[in-house]
Formats: sequence, C-alpha cells, structure tokens
Amino acid sequence: MSVIKVNNLSKVFGKKTKEALSLLDEGYKKEEILKKTGCTVGVNRASFEVEEGEVFVIMGLSGSGKSTLVRLLNRLIDPTEGDVEVGGENLAKVGKERLRKVRREKMSMVFQKFGLFPFRTVLENTEFGLEIQGINKEERANKAKEALELVGLGSFIHQYPDQLSGGMQQRVGLARALANDPEVLLMDEAFSALDPLIRKDMQDELLDLQEKMQKTIIFITHDLDEALRIGDRIALMKDGSIVQIGTPEEILVNPANDYVERFVEDVDRSKVLTASHIMKRPETVDIEKHGPRVALERIREQGLSSIYVVDRSKQLKGYVIAEDVKAAREKEEKDLHTILRTDMPTVGLEAPIHEIFEIIHDAPVPVAVVEEGKLKGIIVRGAVIAALANGSGVTEDA
Amino acid sequence: MLDFIPKIPLADWVNTAVERIQDTFEFIFDPIKEDFGGFVESTAEWLSQIPPILVIIIVALMTFFVSGKKFGLSIFAIVGLWFVYNQELWEQLMYTFTLVVFASLISIIIGIPAGIWMSKSKWAQAIITPILDFMQTMPAFVYLIPAVVFFGIGMVPGIFASVVFATPPVVRFTNLGIRQVSAELVEAADAFGTTGSQKLFKVELPMARKTIMAGVNQTVMLALSMVVIASMIGSPGLGDEVLTALQRSQEGPGFVAGLGIVILAIIIDRVSQNLNKG
Ligand SMILES: Nc1ncnc2c1ncn2[C@@H]1O[C@H](COP(=O)(O)OP(=O)(O)O)[C@@H](O)[C@H]1O
Ligand SMILES: [Mg+2]
Repeated sequence: MSVIKVNNLSKVFGKKTKEALSLLDEGYKKEEILKKTGCTVGVNRASFEVEEGEVFVIMGLSGSGKSTLVRLLNRLIDPTEGDVEVGGENLAKVGKERLRKVRREKMSMVFQKFGLFPFRTVLENTEFGLEIQGINKEERANKAKEALELVGLGSFIHQYPDQLSGGMQQRVGLARALANDPEVLLMDEAFSALDPLIRKDMQDELLDLQEKMQKTIIFITHDLDEALRIGDRIALMKDGSIVQIGTPEEILVNPANDYVERFVEDVDRSKVLTASHIMKRPETVDIEKHGPRVALERIREQGLSSIYVVDRSKQLKGYVIAEDVKAAREKEEKDLHTILRTDMPTVGLEAPIHEIFEIIHDAPVPVAVVEEGKLKGIIVRGAVIAALANGSGVTEDA
Repeated sequence: MLDFIPKIPLADWVNTAVERIQDTFEFIFDPIKEDFGGFVESTAEWLSQIPPILVIIIVALMTFFVSGKKFGLSIFAIVGLWFVYNQELWEQLMYTFTLVVFASLISIIIGIPAGIWMSKSKWAQAIITPILDFMQTMPAFVYLIPAVVFFGIGMVPGIFASVVFATPPVVRFTNLGIRQVSAELVEAADAFGTTGSQKLFKVELPMARKTIMAGVNQTVMLALSMVVIASMIGSPGLGDEVLTALQRSQEGPGFVAGLGIVILAIIIDRVSQNLNKG
C-alpha cells in the first residue's frame, strides 16, 4: 500500500508563479523561466508513490530541488500546485491544526546539519517532539531513552550536543525523529555532513534499524553510492523534475537518459572486483552436528530467511529455509537432511562482479562463494550493488 | 523667499496635544503618580533602612556566585560600597538603585514583547524601527518635559524619562536575537509540529537568550546614565548630589557622587553580564 502519493507537485519561488507555471507547460527550461519571470523553479510536476516500509531515495545534484521536494511533503514549504497525499489525506489542502497533528504524529524529519537544540541535553533534544505533543514527563523520558538505546546513545543522555561528534549528533537527530514513532521519516542529506567512514557506519545502521522497524523512509542525497546502498528505489532529479524512478539495478542497467547515464557511468568499475572482495562471513549450521533446533535459533538470532549448511570440513552441502526448519522442528525431526535444498547459486573466489550481478538477480538465497567445494563466504545483493557503486567493495564485516 | 509660509506652529500643536493627553488620561496618570510613586518611594526608603553592612554582605555573596566563584568582583563591591557609605551617600545610593531597577524592569517588560512582536511581523518592524530611532536620537532632556507634565516632579517622572530613553536596546536586541535563530532550528521546530508559542518559548527565546541579555545589559546601563538627568526633575539620589554640586561649582562633592554612580554602574554591569554567561 502506498503511504505517500505525490501527484503533479510543483513549487515555484517568486512572485509570478502562475506565469512561470504556464511557461513550464510550454516547455521552457528552468533558466529561461528565471530570466523571463524572475521566478526559480524548485520542483517541477513531480509525481511518485512511496510504499509502506520502503526506503525511497531522492537523488540529484545540488540545486536540483531535493530539499524543496522533501519539504513539500510535510509542507514546510507550501506547494504552488499539486497534491501530497499522506495516508490518503491531501496535505496540500488541510488546515493548520490538522497539519500540525500530522507533523507531530505521522512524519518526522532528520536534518543535514542535525538541527539539534544546543541548550538541550541529548535526552531533552530527543524528547522534543513528545514534549510538543504534551506527553507527560515520565512517558516521554522513557520513549526518548528507548529511541536513544536504539541508536546506541543510551549512555550519553545527559551530554549536550556540542560535546558529541558529528556522527553521534546525527544519531541524536535520528533518535529525536524515531521517538515520535512516526510512519514516515524524512531525511534531508542526513549523512552528508559526516566523514566518509562514519557515513558508511550510519548507512549500515540505518539499514539495520530499518530491518527492525520497517518505517517508510524518504532519504535525500546527492551521492550515488549512498543512494545505491540504501535505496529500495531511487528517484533522480534534475532542474526540479524527476527524470527516472527505479530500483538501483534499473538505474544502473537502464539509465533513462544521458543525464542518468552520466551519473552512473563512472560506476562501472565492476570488472576489477571479484567475489572475494565483496563476500562476507557466512552463517552456517553443521549437518553432522546440528538439527532443526540449532538452525532455527541461528536463523532467528541473525534475522535470516535461510541458512547455509556445511559438514565438518566446511564442505557446502546446501541450504535450508526458515519455513522448512520451523516445520521440521514442529515435527520434531532430528536432522536437516529431509529439508536440505541444493539449488543455490555458487561462484568461485575469482568470479567478477558483473557475473555475480547477473545471477544474484533471481537467486533465492545469497550467492555462495566456493573453493574446492568449501564454503568461503556469501554475497548479498546489497554488497554487489554497493560495490558496483563505489568500487571499493570491501564490506565492513568481510 | 523662504517666508512663503508663516512659521508653522508645531510647538503650539505639541503643547495642545500634550494638554489634551494630560486631560484625557488624567485617570491613568494620577494613580500612577500617587500609587506607583508611593510604592517606589517606600521601596527606596525600605532599602535605605536595611543596615548597610547587611546589604554589603548580600551583594558580596551575590557577586561571588554570579561571577563563577571568583573573588575579584566581590572585593570590588565590598570596597566600593563601603566607600559610598563612608562618604555618607548611602541613602542616595539606595534611591538611585531603586530608580534604575524600576526603570529597567519596566523597560524590559515593555521591550521584550515589543521585540518579539517586531521579529514576527514585517509590519511591526516597519512601524517600530523609526520609533526606536526617534527615541534614541532625541536628546534625553526632551523627555523630561512630558515626564513633568504627566507626572509632576519626583521619582516617577524620572523613571518615565529613563524608560523612554532605555527601552530601545532591549527591543532591538530581542528582535535581532530571534531573527538570528538558524533556519534549520526553526524548521526543526516546525517539522515537529510546534504551535507559534511553543516555537517561541521552547526554541526561539532560549536560542536568543544571550543576545537579549546583551540588550538588557545595555538597557540597564542607559537607565543608570539617566540618573543625573532625572535628578533635574526632582528624582533624589546620587544624580541629585552631582547636580547640586554642579550648580554650586563644588568639584569635590560632585566628583565623589559621580564616583558613587560609577561604582554602582560597574557592579550592575558585571552582574548582568555574568548572568548572561551562566
Ligand atoms: N526559499 C527559496 N527562495 C528562492 N529560491 C529557492 C528557495 N529555496 C530553494 N530555492 C531554489 O530552488 C532550487 C532547488 O533548491 P533545493 O531544493 O535547495 O535543491 P537541493 O536540495 O537539491 O540542493 C534551487 O535553484 C534554489 O536556488
Ligand atoms: Mg538540499
């Protein structure tokens, strides 16, 4: 179900907005309209839908209208034209009171420069949204602490923002947004002000959190690597218009036009990277020792949907999927032989990435990297895409 | 050539206007003069009756804690206040202090809301800015005239003139402080669904606090600078001593009373600045 539905949404900054809109209809470009009317086109007829639980990335160069677009979603900026439906309600048309309620309960925002209040402690910052809603002190402290635990700042609650590093400050920003338990998170270049390494950590952490919480996230970035790493779908913006919407694969494989192509062309470093660069340590069970009980435990612990099966000498035997394991456990079976599947995709250590990219597409489980029959590692879809994107390919836990 | 219009009777008009105001608002001015005046007088008297040693101890303790537990200011306060007492100017000091406190409080009570209003509305800004310019450029003596007309002589007209003279900085700084709050913080407040007053009290005023306090400091100093002028319309205190000395060409007593004002100014200034830091 789509949580956000944007239809024909436009924002023109300036006085002669009507004139500018009709010039847009006639096909004039952003610069020409600026010259003719003095108006800046911020967003031009954007339409898209965001599904529940999706990470929807809006990407584009600086000035392409990303910040404007995201602010149209919670109406920090009033649209010139068009509709923004959130949970079936057109925010472009609601009154102030109602808009406030939506902002308090449904959508929270994370800011590029963190937007923390310097005179409030970490805890007080995190409580802000709850305080605004008039929630009592005890309850809001509890919820805020929970959110801070979630982002790993449980022991910093009495510090002030300027005592924390950038990465930690943005965790507070994230916790503040999460404390409200909103349906939608709006993140405007939330990680752009951070150092590259910290930025990657934050991306991973966001993905981890997302796995647990399944929020709908609108994530703005000017960075393709970041977009590919965290986006379920990506919308590419140029001069206020959305030029392509698609999954990371679609954007990489079928760029809609020259603009997108130029964006992705220096991404093609895939040929120099191989499976060994991007695989990570596999989670396994030993078919000779372990039965359904252990398999189920590991699957649950790690939040997996399947797990690879090896023997004592690490020879790859196959894999089992969560459902089968559960069923086997209920039937109190003692070993994994009956439910073992063997249709997993396998590659060698030296397999180039573009090859993996092709087979990972419709693989039911992560790709197994095998040498002399032994399971050396596994490769998940995200790692391939990230590697295609940034070429480094070294995953943190490899 | 230039005489094509006879002298415009602006002065007469102002006279008439002031008379009108006086008549129309007598019901306000009179109680202010009587009741408020009485209150101010008795406050000053009450302060003068507290044993000076007690006052000195209290001030010393207060300056000690306000300045972050440093001794410098406290020592200055003890010596300075003792000196004023020694010069037999203690009662005058209490009157001057009372005048400054009341004038500052009224300036702040009027000035901060005015500054807030100014920061929120283009219109208010457009209207208030020239009024502030006018208030600050008009020589302070001019305010004595309506002050006397409305409130007679004594402490109340002194406070009135001081308020007119001292209010502009706190208004300007409040306006400035709120307008300077970074756009991202204002956005953050909006994005979490604040109402106007939540935004003001939970984000804008706390963020603007330092700037506003700088304005308050200036306002207090301006109020203090009015004490000599206010004494011309019968406000008692150190200013009155200076004025008397001036009229009689007595350098010595004039200097001593002036020094008393300086001591008070330094203590008040440091205290209000340190409050700002804390
Ligand atoms: N408040 C504003 N007034 C006028 N023009 C604006 C305003 N905000 C943004 N713009 C213009 O709108 C365009 C899109 O800006 P923005 O949404 O900030 O881009 P991005 O976030 O992608 O860098 C730019 O050309 C910018 O100059
Ligand atoms: Mg931006």
